[in-house]
Amino acid sequence: MTVRVISQHFDPGEQINAFVKDHHGAGAAVTFTGLVRSSPSDPITTLTLECYPELAVNQLDAIRSEALTRFNLLAATIIHRYGTMKPGNPIVQVMTLAPHRGDAFDGAQFLMDYLKTDAPFWKKETGPAGTKWIESKSSDDRARARWE
Amino acid sequence: MRVLYFAWLRERLDRSEQQVEPPEQVKTVADLINWMAENDEAFALAVEKRSLIRAAINAQIVSHDASLADAHTIALFPPMTGG
Repeated sequence: MTVRVISQHFDPGEQINAFVKDHHGAGAAVTFTGLVRSSPSDPITTLTLECYPELAVNQLDAIRSEALTRFNLLAATIIHRYGTMKPGNPIVQVMTLAPHRGDAFDGAQFLMDYLKTDAPFWKKETGPAGTKWIESKSSDDRARARWE
Repeated sequence: MRVLYFAWLRERLDRSEQQVEPPEQVKTVADLINWMAENDEAFALAVEKRSLIRAAINAQIVSHDASLADAHTIALFPPMTGG
């Protein structure tokens, strides 16, 4: 499974170990894991991600296919959670495998920049100040635009 | 035709989906949003800022000028905040 949209907790270490296991032609594996953040200036108790699963799988499949071609990746996997999570929990993990590190890094960055703006997930955080939907950021749009 | 709502749009409308039977002159996503807004004050308020409404037809992202021909499921939602 190369795109997984799941509601259960996942173990980032287990995922990368399984991902690199059977690829002997690769010289570089890059993993990015996005975590639920709670900071003293912006404390939260839970983060809930709403999702449109059918569209999410379509979007992530398309983004992944483009990354494979564009960066000559040997493999790429995207895992994205939805549901309610706590600070420190993994939300998303992208993993890329390529002959050399440049393409593996670029491929992972590309996947993350695209899925921030193009995958149908919506974050809602709950903290001492109450519950609010996170607004989309123009910095995310700019990060995506640099690949166009 | 089935219309799905997500995130704050779903909350503001207090429903996650509904069935609609738009008249023949409703040909695009923009037409559908305008037609629904004309017939539903709560909907009109929720979609007031059209630039914040994204759309998908049959689980494919589309722009507001996309045709509704062959559409069985339309989704309307705010800008995405995944990752």
